[in-house]
Amino acid sequence: MSAMTSTTALRLGLLCTAIALALPSQHASAQAMDQSKLQMSMPMDMPMAPAKHKPATKAKAKKPASATSSNHPTLRHRVPKPTLEPVTGRTTMDMPMDHSTMPMDMPMDHAAMDHSSMPSMSMVPKEPITPIPVLTDADRAAAIAPAGGHAAHDNSIQNYTVIDRLETWNAGHGAGMRWEGQSWIGTDLNRAWLRSEGERIGGHTERADLEILYGHSVSTWWDVVAGVRHDFKPGHPQDFAAIGVMGLAPYKFEAKATAYIGKSGQTAARLEGEYETLLTNRLILQPLVEVNLYGKDDQRRGIGSGLSTVEAGLRLRYEVNRQFAPYIGVVHERAFGKTANLRRTGHEDIDDTRLVAGVRIWF
Amino acid sequence: MSSDSFGRNASGPFSPSRRRFVQGLAIGGAVAGLGLWPRQGWALQSIGNRNVLSGTEFDLVIGETSMNFTGRTRNAITVNGSLPAPLLRWREGTTVNLRVTNALPPGSMHGHETSIHWHGILLPANMDGVPGLSFNGIHPGETYHYRFTVKQGGTYWYHSHSAFQEQMGLYGPLVIDPIEPEPFAFDRDYVVMLSDWTDLDPTALFSRLKKMSGYDNYGKRTVGDFIRDAKRDGLDATIADRKMWGRMRMSPTDLSDVNANTYTYLMNGTTALGNWTGLFRSGEKVRLRFINGSAMTYFDVRIPGLKMTVVAADGQYVHPVTVDEFRIAIAEVFDVIVEPSGQDAFTIFAQDMGRTGYVSGTLAVREGLRAPIPSVDPRPILTMADMGMGGMDHGGHGEHDMASMPGMDMSGGGMVKHPASETHNPLVDMQTMAPVAKLDDPGIGLRGNGRKALNYAMLKSVFDDPDGRDPGREIELHLTGNMEKFAWGFNGIKFSQAEPVRMNYGERLRVVLVNDTMMTHPIHLHGMWSDLEDEQGSFHLRKHTIDIPPGSRRTYRVRADALGTWAYHCHMLYHMEAGMMRQVEVKE
Repeated sequence: MSAMTSTTALRLGLLCTAIALALPSQHASAQAMDQSKLQMSMPMDMPMAPAKHKPATKAKAKKPASATSSNHPTLRHRVPKPTLEPVTGRTTMDMPMDHSTMPMDMPMDHAAMDHSSMPSMSMVPKEPITPIPVLTDADRAAAIAPAGGHAAHDNSIQNYTVIDRLETWNAGHGAGMRWEGQSWIGTDLNRAWLRSEGERIGGHTERADLEILYGHSVSTWWDVVAGVRHDFKPGHPQDFAAIGVMGLAPYKFEAKATAYIGKSGQTAARLEGEYETLLTNRLILQPLVEVNLYGKDDQRRGIGSGLSTVEAGLRLRYEVNRQFAPYIGVVHERAFGKTANLRRTGHEDIDDTRLVAGVRIWF
Repeated sequence: MSSDSFGRNASGPFSPSRRRFVQGLAIGGAVAGLGLWPRQGWALQSIGNRNVLSGTEFDLVIGETSMNFTGRTRNAITVNGSLPAPLLRWREGTTVNLRVTNALPPGSMHGHETSIHWHGILLPANMDGVPGLSFNGIHPGETYHYRFTVKQGGTYWYHSHSAFQEQMGLYGPLVIDPIEPEPFAFDRDYVVMLSDWTDLDPTALFSRLKKMSGYDNYGKRTVGDFIRDAKRDGLDATIADRKMWGRMRMSPTDLSDVNANTYTYLMNGTTALGNWTGLFRSGEKVRLRFINGSAMTYFDVRIPGLKMTVVAADGQYVHPVTVDEFRIAIAEVFDVIVEPSGQDAFTIFAQDMGRTGYVSGTLAVREGLRAPIPSVDPRPILTMADMGMGGMDHGGHGEHDMASMPGMDMSGGGMVKHPASETHNPLVDMQTMAPVAKLDDPGIGLRGNGRKALNYAMLKSVFDDPDGRDPGREIELHLTGNMEKFAWGFNGIKFSQAEPVRMNYGERLRVVLVNDTMMTHPIHLHGMWSDLEDEQGSFHLRKHTIDIPPGSRRTYRVRADALGTWAYHCHMLYHMEAGMMRQVEVKE
């Protein structure tokens, strides 16, 4: 990029110098306008010329023809050919030969160019106008930085806990209670996660699980998590190894997908997606879907292999403040396949629709 | 009280009365009228603010002081009991001695260590006041003796560089009288220091940003906005727009991370209710030295009914330019001259860039007057063009045709090359495609509002490049972030993981900054000037803090004439603390 720019700059510079020096001074202002136009219209990705020095006469001979014909109608007639030769000679003489030190700014500065300033093109100093102070031992002593460096908070341990759903409903034979929450502690890229969800009906825990996971950010929006899941209920407690992903999908869908392998050989998967629709900046409608799948039948826990249960909820919360939001919602849960068969056999409903009320809290 | 002489002026009497004043103000909630300003006997051109310390010898004591700006009392961190800290007035060419004592009580919420950094001042590295880089910080009971020769004139400021102390009150104005007469005339002289106050513990605020970076954004687009936009722009265009933002997983209303939902804005340490007042007589020229001492707030400043002529930026003279309004980035300084007449009072109105609040004060012929206070402007919406995502139409004329935007190519294969460290980096959530300098862009929310707003193209140093050399090399850094995680850095790398930026003593180099985030960042290099270049790469404007808006690529020259280790960072306090910082080492 810089090589290209400097080459372009060089050619422009030669061109401008030639033109500027050639023009009678009374045309200076008109020329300045035109040249600024020329510069503006130069495409950024102008074809790169070979990075070797070209005789200035060549640049003069080629460039004005094309550039002036398209951008400088006024200039076309004003460049008096005969005067170009001596000017060119002078330009060649004044131009630094080393491309790497070509003055980037000078050729570009032609919007304000006038004749008197032109010679300064060749006068970009190699040495600073304001001299660099000669260092003393006192300067060196003052420049010694202390050991240890500056304390930063950029890798600090933070934590976050959200109880996304804490809700109750009338379950017919007692009140139902449901929770789902998660918590992390760690840095931006590495976090320990706790996740839990469960359900109680009539004071009896129907199901409850707790996951302890390590999560690592693998991309801007996604964390890979791995760890263990402990099911307290249904049935006897059982443990799984867990691996999954969680993050923010395009269009701001929050998504979680986790696969589980149990000691008993049971396998399972849980998929969860949710979205937030802002009715206002405080009144938020949250659709949510959770899908559970199992690899094996587990009749004692009422689980059949394959797609087991799907829960779809629509919750409307009001953020009293960011951290406290009561909500109401409607939730539909349905069992599928063998799980549904097991429920039918046990004279249970295979689906259930309920009105819920709860709170969402984070801290 | 205020003093134009160069004798020391103890501030003792101010501390207790100031405390009562501030508390009384908020509890009363009334316009106090500020009858405390000295009204007579001040020489023309003396600084109109109270609490001025001038001379060469200064004793500054950093401690806790109870403040009440909101109805709740909090312990601010103050210098000599005042917020802002006392105005220090130096003279160019003198050697100043500043003995800064840490009198923070044990267990202070502000931490045990403190520091003062002299923002924009050229000085030896061990006087720069950054703990761990310049010196070891000032520990409880210790006094650090800053001593250096003042090599410049103009308006500057000073603040703590320890943890979050800058948020909690440790900032103050610095006025240096130049040796040479100034190239403009004025009859009165006031510092107008803007800042943002919160009752929250800033450590908790930082944690809150890490948990939920969008906490303060109550302007997110809703279903109602969708319907309104669909009616105005058509359903297809509106869906295309929402899809584009949705794919990026961002909100076009994310203009600031912390806004007036959290902050109370202050002018010279006073709320809008307190109405800081600067007096004038009709026809006088009044110099206002605007300093943005905020932690996180960009202000858009105007004085309805008055034109403002900007005569200096970041302490350095510019060709005078007259405007109706200017945006002042955090840590920037603009000296303006106004000539109030025809009214008894004018409102100095400073609204935050996100349009969530404001602070105001008054220029008046006597105490107790007020002029009408304008309402806060409508909240602007970021466009893809604002972020350099296609559409070079940054001159900005309001609406952009979203449907004509090119598809989002997040691979960065466009016109700008991105550092390899940004690729597959979780700490990078976007990359700009076609950034431009935008020097002639006043910024989002200031385009086409009927007022003439300042931009960097209008500001030109009155002097030529004092160094003159062409840059011998370039250092290109990209500003990056992950807004969701509230993680910030350069090139996708946070301060604590980054190698220092190395400069060779005496070299002239070009710094190229590309903004790969959707927010604007004020970038400050300690110890050396940042000489902003124009779009042709020529010296344009000497500054100490350069604003880099989203979708922009700006370049500036640095003359590495200050040996030692220096801080280089985004001056949004929480961005710096979240990693948008580098250590610059100038070595022989």
